[in-house]
Amino acid sequence: MEQHDAKRVVITIETPMQRRLLAAIEEAGVTGYSILPVIGGSGRSGPWSAEGQVGRAGGMVQVICIIRPDRLDGLLDGVFAVVERHIGVVTVTDCTVLRAERF
Amino acid sequence: MDGLLSLALTNLGSPLILSFVLGVAAALGRSDLVFPEAAAKALSIYLLFAIGIKGGVSVADHGIDLRLGLTVLAGVALSAALPLLAFQLLKAMTRLDRTNAAAVAAHYGSISIVTFVAGTSVLQTAGIPSDGFMVAVAAAMEAPAILSALWLISRGGGSGAQVDAELWREILLNGSIVLLIGAFAIGIIVGADGLAEVESFFVAPFKGALCLFLLDMGLVAGRGLRRSRDVLTPGLLAFGLLMPVVGGVLGAMAGMLIGLPTGSLFLLTVLSASASYIAVPAAMRVAVPDADPGIYLTLSLGITFPFNLTLGLPLYLALARMLTGG
Repeated sequence: MEQHDAKRVVITIETPMQRRLLAAIEEAGVTGYSILPVIGGSGRSGPWSAEGQVGRAGGMVQVICIIRPDRLDGLLDGVFAVVERHIGVVTVTDCTVLRAERF
Repeated sequence: MDGLLSLALTNLGSPLILSFVLGVAAALGRSDLVFPEAAAKALSIYLLFAIGIKGGVSVADHGIDLRLGLTVLAGVALSAALPLLAFQLLKAMTRLDRTNAAAVAAHYGSISIVTFVAGTSVLQTAGIPSDGFMVAVAAAMEAPAILSALWLISRGGGSGAQVDAELWREILLNGSIVLLIGAFAIGIIVGADGLAEVESFFVAPFKGALCLFLLDMGLVAGRGLRRSRDVLTPGLLAFGLLMPVVGGVLGAMAGMLIGLPTGSLFLLTVLSASASYIAVPAAMRVAVPDADPGIYLTLSLGITFPFNLTLGLPLYLALARMLTGG
C-alpha cells in the first residue's frame, strides 16, 4: 500500500494555554489535531499529577497534529510564540500516512 | 474566650471539618484514596448552583437595597486593595522576588468560594441569618485582585505580564462567576415558589455534598502539604497564616462601616480572609508564566485554606459577633 511522508508534531502544554495554542495552530492553516489529557508526569519542578486538581491551572494537555512537511515551519513559528514562556514540550517526528489528501 | 473555644470545638467536630481532616490525613498517609476529577467538578457545579440560587431567592424575598450596592462596592475595593497589602507583607516577611510576590498577593485579594460555602454552613448551624446578596459580593471579589497584581508587576518593569482581551474574557467569564451569578439571577427570577420545586435537590442534600467536596479538598490540600517541603520557608508559612487574619479584620471593618448584620459581616470577613486557588492560579499561569505555581498554590491551598476552614471560621464568627453584638 502506498505511504506518504508527514510530520507528527506533539505539543504538551499547560491547560490554561490550550485555547491560545489551538488558535495559533488554526492560524497556521492546520485544521486537524487531537487533544489528549495528561494524567501526570515529572519535570524540572518534580513530579505532578492531575489527580484531585481543583482548577485548570495545574493541568497539562497534549495536542497532536499530523501535517504535510511543507506546513511544518509555519506551524512551529505559531506554536513557539505561544509556548515560549510557558511550561511545555514540543517534539517533531517523521511519520507516514496512508491517505495524503487528508493532511 | 470560652465562647471562641466553644465555637472552635463545635466547628472542628462538625462533619464538614472532619471530612476535610480525613482527606488531609489520607493524603499525608499516602493512601490510594482518590476522588474522581469528574465527580469533584460535578460537586463543585452543584454547590455553586445551590448557593447561587438560594442567595437569589433571598434577595427576591427581601428586595434590593442600598446595602447590597455598598457591600458589592466594598467587596470590589477589598479585593483590589488586599493584594497591595499582601505584597508589602511578602516583601517584608519573605525573599520572594517582585513577580512571585505579586502573583501570591493576587490570590489573597481574590476569594475561595469553598471557604465561603463552608462559612454559610457555619452560619446555618449557628442559626444566624445572612443577606442572600453575599453571593454576588463573592462573585464581584474574584477578579479585581488580578488587576492589582498585574499592576504591581508592570510597575516593576522586566518582562511583565501577558494580558490580552482573551485573558480578560476568561477571568470575567470563568465558570465559577458565570455559575454563581447565573444561579443567583435564576433565584431572583423564580423566587421562593421556584426554589420550592427544586428544594429537595438543592437544599436538603447540600451539607452532605459539601462533606464529600471537602473530603476531596482535604486530599488536594494534603498532597499540596506533602510536596511543600521544598517551597515553604518560615516567612512564607507565617504569611500564609497571618494574611487571612489581616484580610479578615479589614473585611470586618468594612462590614462595620456599611452596617452589615452579624451573618453578612461574618461572610464579608470570610471572603476577605480567603485566598483563591482556582480563578487566580489559572490567570497567573497565562499572564505571569514566570511566577512559580508551586509557591502560590501551596500557600493558598495547603496553608491558608486549611487554616481558614478549621480555626479561621470560628475566629471570624467570634469577631463578627463581638463587632455587632450579635
